[in-house]
Amino acid sequence: MAQVLKKLTTQVLKPNNVDTIVGCTGLRASSTWWNNVQMGPPDVILGITEAYKKDTHPKKVNLGVGAYRDDEGKPFVLPSVRKAEEILHSRGLNHEYAPISGEATYTDAVAKLAFGEDSPVIKNKSNCTVQTLSGTGALRLGLEFITKHYAKAKEIWLPTPTWGNHPQICNTLNLPHKKYRYFDPKTNGFDLQGALEDISKIPEGSIILLHACAHNPTGVDPKPSDWEQLSKVIKERKLFPFFDMAYQGFATGDVDNDAFAVRLFVKEGHQVMLAQSFAKNMGLYGERAGALTFLCGDEATAAKVMSQVKIMVRVMYSNPPLYGARLVQEILTNAELKKQWLGDVKQMADRIITMRSQLRAGIEGAGNPHPWQHITDQIGMFCFTGLKPEQVERLTKEFHVYLTKDGRISVAGISSQNVNYIAEAIHKVTS
Amino acid sequence: MASRFQGVEQGPPIEVFLLNRLFTEDTFQNKVNLGVGAYRDENGKPWVLPIVRKMEKQLAADETLLHEYLPVLGLEQFCNASVAMLLGEDSPAIAAGKAFGVQVLSGTGGLRVGAEFLNKHLKYDTFYYSTPTWENHHLVFVNSGFTKPRSYRYWDPKTRGIDFDGFIEDLKSAPENAVILLHACAHNPTGIDPTREQWMKIADVMEERKLFPFFDSAYQGFASGDLDGDAWAVRYFVSRGFELVCAQSYAKNFGLYNERVGNLAVVLNESAHVARIKSQMTWIVRGMYSNPPAHGAHVVAAVLTNKQLFDEWRDHIKLMSTRVMQMREALRSELVKLGTPGNWDHIVKQIGLFSYTGLNQRQCEYLIQEYHIYLLKSGRINICGLNPGNVQYVAKAINDAVTKFPDDQ
Repeated sequence: MAQVLKKLTTQVLKPNNVDTIVGCTGLRASSTWWNNVQMGPPDVILGITEAYKKDTHPKKVNLGVGAYRDDEGKPFVLPSVRKAEEILHSRGLNHEYAPISGEATYTDAVAKLAFGEDSPVIKNKSNCTVQTLSGTGALRLGLEFITKHYAKAKEIWLPTPTWGNHPQICNTLNLPHKKYRYFDPKTNGFDLQGALEDISKIPEGSIILLHACAHNPTGVDPKPSDWEQLSKVIKERKLFPFFDMAYQGFATGDVDNDAFAVRLFVKEGHQVMLAQSFAKNMGLYGERAGALTFLCGDEATAAKVMSQVKIMVRVMYSNPPLYGARLVQEILTNAELKKQWLGDVKQMADRIITMRSQLRAGIEGAGNPHPWQHITDQIGMFCFTGLKPEQVERLTKEFHVYLTKDGRISVAGISSQNVNYIAEAIHKVTS
Repeated sequence: MASRFQGVEQGPPIEVFLLNRLFTEDTFQNKVNLGVGAYRDENGKPWVLPIVRKMEKQLAADETLLHEYLPVLGLEQFCNASVAMLLGEDSPAIAAGKAFGVQVLSGTGGLRVGAEFLNKHLKYDTFYYSTPTWENHHLVFVNSGFTKPRSYRYWDPKTRGIDFDGFIEDLKSAPENAVILLHACAHNPTGIDPTREQWMKIADVMEERKLFPFFDSAYQGFASGDLDGDAWAVRYFVSRGFELVCAQSYAKNFGLYNERVGNLAVVLNESAHVARIKSQMTWIVRGMYSNPPAHGAHVVAAVLTNKQLFDEWRDHIKLMSTRVMQMREALRSELVKLGTPGNWDHIVKQIGLFSYTGLNQRQCEYLIQEYHIYLLKSGRINICGLNPGNVQYVAKAINDAVTKFPDDQ
């Protein structure tokens, strides 16, 4: 490019101007600092939503993105959150910087929600709990801390399959990640034997990521007795459990039930790491309210860990956004609001469970030959239908039902208005 | 009980927050906090801008506003308005599609996302920061992957101004593609900004040496009280044809400290690259926090996109910056009245929240211990911490400190 320009300009200009002009043009033409920037791979789920938006078919359904919708297909602001917002506004709080680790009332409340009000690990102050940018922020901070401060095997094992962003975050941190068996496509259920077999071979000291409840994307959760076996083998291999709990309350409708696995592990003596999100269970998606906890064994170690985590936060975003956290705090520390919230979250979970029943009944009712029990066995926002890519394509092309290629549907996108249509469509593509 | 993390070392405390804690715990009646950089009103209290209160009330009453996820790169309205505020609505760069914004977590977030991008995708490895600079700059860049931190001379303790020759010399020896961290206005911590002529010279050298400008704009509007005036340096560089990034913060000028509202403005020479760059920034954000917090962005966007509200906001900024300038005058005047040794003109020459008083560490420690006046050991004070109720006390203390512990110079 520069050469061509130089030729043209030498023809036009006097000799002593040429070098200056070419110099500047050269600077401009080669001043593409950005030339080597590659186009990043597109986001799959966003792509589906975009395609859905462009579709003009009257019966189109979006079973792609994982955000809760009410029975009219609308986003739902929890009544408890509305109430909390009113209270907050009436207080006229200022916007002064939060502490780096978040407000203590917040971190205290969220830790209690996860581990139980009377949890010994909170009582003895051996937990280091910090506010984070929702679940993603907690995962990033936790894994980054591991790469910097965890002396043993820096390798993380993820369930197959897992949330798409889990391996992404690991890649960003150059943290090697491997897979352990989890979902059994034959049964559309939990592959306990496969998981135990794989886990028993994981190198000692490695980190193992576990979905606390409502596994994303499969909706398949281990039974309590399964969790006990998992705990045992994980302890034997001296692995470091990192729980991702993005759906506490959302799975069974009961926050204590949904925290069963986390609390079991703590009881069994594991010093877990925990990422919490309030995006779904409080509908606070865009406000980015979450938390990260390290169980450190004792107060002194927790303090040291805290001092290092704070430094990591400081160099990433200095201190966390308060709006969402203040709402969470208000709800969890106000008895009346908390009661309301527990009801709200149960309402959401119940609607999902009802939709699962209706969907399954609809497909079976049409006389479909395949087994569909997994639809009601699975739990939480997502369902791994077991549909193959060709069937998924047909669902979208012929019936305008949008879902991811792996056959995952967001049950939150199902309503009493469209459940029969969806059941019919699934029946048709699998007959 | 044994822990995996037993071997973790205690991290060093961050000075400004430690200072704040000590101040809070201090029971002395006449204590003064000149530490952390947040605006305080004439009663020493935090000030929520009336326009912010108004917007928050409005947003709360808006039933259509939910808590849905923002796009990964943020609220588009917010980003566009931020870029326009920085570069000027009529900026040719904006018209030509060569400038865009990414919503980030206040100024720190902008620095981090910008630095990560420059390091990972442009492979930039060397960065320059002023001596002194905001204490967090160095670590943000180092944690973003930059392996060669370098400094350029800036503050001259003898003249209490800019060591401009040193500045230029250091730039001249910078390697090609070095990222130069520049404070758009109201330099933190010194409060001394280059003159327009000096900015032109800086641009000359950076163009010649092919250095990359990374502006940190945390005080637009807050420095002179004039948004356009405070953006002059960034706009000048754009007009010179530089490609650059700028981390914009709304912490101070909107008083939205804890909502973490910021924008990373990117200016290119060719609009063709925008899509690719956005796609890569998307992945950086996705791996860090998925998408930015909504609340603060909604407040700022609502104000910036409405002429009447924008004007109301401008009045607030004028009010804050005027009070700061008044306190500068007041402090200098009190120091002179007391016959305090030394020249104190720099206090009124400096601009923005901070003043590099020129006090040395010993004098600072004395102020803290004897007078319960909290400031950084570098001698930096937050002018906002001063008010008619305490400025005489502070002047008296400074006078005492410099008299008791004269400078060795």
